[in-house]
Amino acid sequence: MAQSSRDIKRRISSISKTQQITKAMEMIAASKLRGAQETVVSTRPYYERLTSSLGTALRAVEQAGEELPEMIQGRGGDSHCLLVLAGDRGLAGGYNSSIIRRAEAFMKEHPETEMVIVGRKVRDHFRRRNRTSLAEFVGIGDEANLRVAQDIGQVIFDFFEHGLFDNVTILYTEFINTVTHRVRLRNVLPLPEQIKEVKNAGPEPLYIYEPSITAVLETLVPLYVNAAVYQALTEAKASELGARMNAMRNASDNAVELIRELNITYNRARQAQITKEIAEIVGGADALQS
Amino acid sequence: MADFTFEVVTQDRTVVLTDVEYVLLPGVDGSFGIMAGHLPIMAALEIGALEFGPLHGKRRKIALGGGFTEMHDNKLTVMAHTAELAEEIDVLRAKQAKSRAEQRLADRQADLDITRAQIALQKALLRLEVADED
Repeated sequence: MAQSSRDIKRRISSISKTQQITKAMEMIAASKLRGAQETVVSTRPYYERLTSSLGTALRAVEQAGEELPEMIQGRGGDSHCLLVLAGDRGLAGGYNSSIIRRAEAFMKEHPETEMVIVGRKVRDHFRRRNRTSLAEFVGIGDEANLRVAQDIGQVIFDFFEHGLFDNVTILYTEFINTVTHRVRLRNVLPLPEQIKEVKNAGPEPLYIYEPSITAVLETLVPLYVNAAVYQALTEAKASELGARMNAMRNASDNAVELIRELNITYNRARQAQITKEIAEIVGGADALQS
Repeated sequence: MADFTFEVVTQDRTVVLTDVEYVLLPGVDGSFGIMAGHLPIMAALEIGALEFGPLHGKRRKIALGGGFTEMHDNKLTVMAHTAELAEEIDVLRAKQAKSRAEQRLADRQADLDITRAQIALQKALLRLEVADED
């Protein structure tokens, strides 16, 4: 045997220690994921109500034949802001790298792109490549935090108002279930056309707008941006935890397999040793007898 | 008096959901009240105190960090950036936020975002005011 049995023993013990760690990480991610999943679901009613109000107001503006504010109509420019939502930590399989790949593809398509980055992994990646970003948010934890989301929304909205870019897109992972998540791009500003189509069932009441429909829209749009950021953040966090859980489960399963194989090798080596010793003893006895 | 459904929601939770007689809202052009049977309305809201309860008598208060309100089908919904009931307000934190904002406005460093500091101060003062009267 190339490996001595002591070496094999050492490897087995080292792998089973790693396995304990990955097992623990898997369980931590699983328990956090449960909370994160609930948050994802709980943000939906708010978001839907907001978009339906926004839709109503937009249609009213259209009917009145008034000009839409710039933040809704868009400025028609080609400069983009990409809000990249990813994780602070690795050990989550391909989660961060799939986001990074998509971000790079986006910037190839749209050369005039400024980034706002959430997550240490993505920040470090672009920092190594000397790509600057407009703003960075790192160390925000495993839970989607509303205050952080509002800060991000506010920053982006301020930049947009100041004309730093004409379009805002969020890059995040949509949470589908614990094993699946999908990288998604979502346009936030100017408002996507389909919002205008969002309606409540039944006849539409004629609203009073206080103090004016423009003022109402001007408060609705920042609320909408914040809501979109928060919702994307909850989905990103849930996806990250799901990805980590799966990566750690695979690692644990892999460790089990490795340990099994090493045990076989170890036993074989041990058996060979015993056989060799018996052969030596028998050989020695034969030599004495003859 | 007739009651109507009143709801205040922020993105992460429902702050109140109840039937009330009267709601006083911090509108952009000053406060305005809403009672049952009001016509459908959408209104922009400022940072300010929101009151709800009986038309005459003791009302409960909410410190509202700006937002939007919509009334239709006798249901009034407030969608807020932030909203806290008077009894939920962390007075100590509000006090700290107040002195921090005052400090920043007094120092006037070059990179100071004056609007933001003023908003922070306004919010802190509002929280203290709402919590105080509770």
